[in-house]
Amino acid sequence: MTADSGHAPPTTPSADASKGTIRVLQLYPRDMNIYGDWGNALVLQQRLKWHGYTPELLEYNVGDEFPDDVDLIVGGGGQDSGQLVIQDDLQSRAETLRGLAEDDTPMLLICGTYQLFGRFFKTRSGSVIPGIGVLDVETHGTDERLIGNVKVTTTEFGEVLGYENHSGQTTLGPGVAPLGTVPKGTGNNSKDGQEGARYRNIVASYLHGSLLPKNPAIADYLIRTAVERKYGSFTPGGPDDRYAVLAREHAIRRPR
Amino acid sequence: MFSFSVPLGKLVRRVSRLRGGGSALPGLVVEKIDPGFMQRTLSTLPHGVAVVSGTNGKTTTTKMVVELLESQGLRVFTNRTGSNFTRGVAAALLGEVDWRGRLEADIAVLELDEAHAVHFVNRVPPRFSLLLNVLRDQLDRFGEIDKTAQLLQHIASKTTGTVVLNREDPRVARIAATLDGPEVRYFGLDDSLLSTFPNDDELRAGPGSPAPAALPQKPPADVVLRRVGADNADFEYDGATVTTGMKLRGVYNIFNAAAALTLARSICGGGSAAPDHAALLTALSQVAPAFGRGESLVVDGLPLDLVLVKNPSGFRLGLQSFPAGGYATMIAINDNYADGRDMSWLWDVDFESLREDGVDQLTGSRAYDMALRLQYDEVSIRAVQTDIAPALADFIRNAQGKPKRVFCTYTAMLAIRRELSKITTVEVVS
Ligand SMILES: [Zn+2]
Repeated sequence: MTADSGHAPPTTPSADASKGTIRVLQLYPRDMNIYGDWGNALVLQQRLKWHGYTPELLEYNVGDEFPDDVDLIVGGGGQDSGQLVIQDDLQSRAETLRGLAEDDTPMLLICGTYQLFGRFFKTRSGSVIPGIGVLDVETHGTDERLIGNVKVTTTEFGEVLGYENHSGQTTLGPGVAPLGTVPKGTGNNSKDGQEGARYRNIVASYLHGSLLPKNPAIADYLIRTAVERKYGSFTPGGPDDRYAVLAREHAIRRPR
Repeated sequence: MFSFSVPLGKLVRRVSRLRGGGSALPGLVVEKIDPGFMQRTLSTLPHGVAVVSGTNGKTTTTKMVVELLESQGLRVFTNRTGSNFTRGVAAALLGEVDWRGRLEADIAVLELDEAHAVHFVNRVPPRFSLLLNVLRDQLDRFGEIDKTAQLLQHIASKTTGTVVLNREDPRVARIAATLDGPEVRYFGLDDSLLSTFPNDDELRAGPGSPAPAALPQKPPADVVLRRVGADNADFEYDGATVTTGMKLRGVYNIFNAAAALTLARSICGGGSAAPDHAALLTALSQVAPAFGRGESLVVDGLPLDLVLVKNPSGFRLGLQSFPAGGYATMIAINDNYADGRDMSWLWDVDFESLREDGVDQLTGSRAYDMALRLQYDEVSIRAVQTDIAPALADFIRNAQGKPKRVFCTYTAMLAIRRELSKITTVEVVS
């Protein structure tokens, strides 16, 4: 096992003059926030700082006014009850969110938010909860709960690691691409070996963990895309990813 | 009524003991040949069955209830948690009953895991139930927090006498509205202590946003925890506040003492005599945590606190109950089945209180997940080593002359306890 004593902890690069401000919006953190969803927002906030940009963290909850000039959006998982609470409000924001997606706003959509950004969720009893149709995917409730450590093979981000826990099974339409394929774990559904969805600058996935800390490549993709979209070009800073590398090495060997 | 299954079961129990076998086999045998054994035996108890359930603190609370009832002269049958609940209870009963199947006890107090709850209460409706809390724990096994609340609701609905509910946990308190049979009693917290009990739902809600589903109006509680001191606490009941010494550490343990007191009062108040409160308080002041649930030790002449952490609320409470300054700190995170495999919850804990002094040692199979978590909260880390034995030895060597605190998941705690007794003399304080 790795003995790793005595080194200095990763340090925060001293923030000189900020290279710019990025507004990160958390969607429904009050009702769609479970399994460490906060970790994804925290990672974006800290890595923006470490890359030399100023993060501005915003929240949108049911009934709030939708903020202007959003550069990056994160949405979390949530229980069935949380999904019911936000459903009507989300429908009322469908056009805004579709507009932002078509305008190439980077978004990270996890689990419950991934499902609701699709075309619909059909429950086991047959009732259909409409999604907002940003993603060409559909989800069907099942009796089977897919739980455990997951490894996803992707072309864009290398190996993506996380933990899944969902009973909805999602199938992709021709309008989206899978995030990757699953040699370990289940992913979107128990049939086709695919996990997550990619559309424009949206990354959607079932993985918690939280996802971004152990997959800094995805975090930096979202940050780079947001910065380029707003300022034309992105100059990276130097976040220290040695703990992420070691956490990945150990996670990959853990049982499902 | 003489039943052949009891002597046979007791025989199997003896034989499997001699062979060094586990406790489940005799339970299995008696269940197979006499499926009604457990139900029949428990139904003969004059005070019936009391069950304790919830996500956090079941084991220590069950222990408290047992000791409180014993202080009132009751003979109590209780269970140790095992892999198969029903079988484990059947096996434990076999050890206690006489050859004719009679249990020499007045009441059974059983710790009921959410996973076994439905099956058990359907077969043995309890006279009393105590429902502690619904926290984000073991979600990888039970799926969803609302599902856990439903399981507790089912226990309450099967209870024939009194249901004791946590007034401060909205998911538990709301169960009252669904009941029409049993009497409902609450245990509660003083408003001044509420801030040390963050609700999971408020973890990351923005400032000023209302907590979901809080009760519109708090019902009066049978016992209220008013104040927690260094080694004592104030409880209010029957219109008066009493101060009692406490061996238990940590606000959340002492809140569970209020829960145990409420249940004991319900059980003892049901008879002709009122409970002997002096004896109850003496028993309460003597209660120590159940084994493996956190301990205060002395290592090399200095205190070492083992703090069990298994979910975000528990970890946050642990960090808040014990100030960080002046202590050497180690965190040990394993992800074995008993710990829960999903590490997501570490991201729902705020570690900023450790920023000033940093963390001396990280260990466990998920030590690097913990390191990554602390990095994002800008907490400095002096050493990381996934193997617990060398990590603990380094921690103790490097922190000489300092009191120590170890936050650990369940299997990490067991490993640390084992290692400690190998490398140093350990004195158990509580
Ligand atoms: Zn999920």
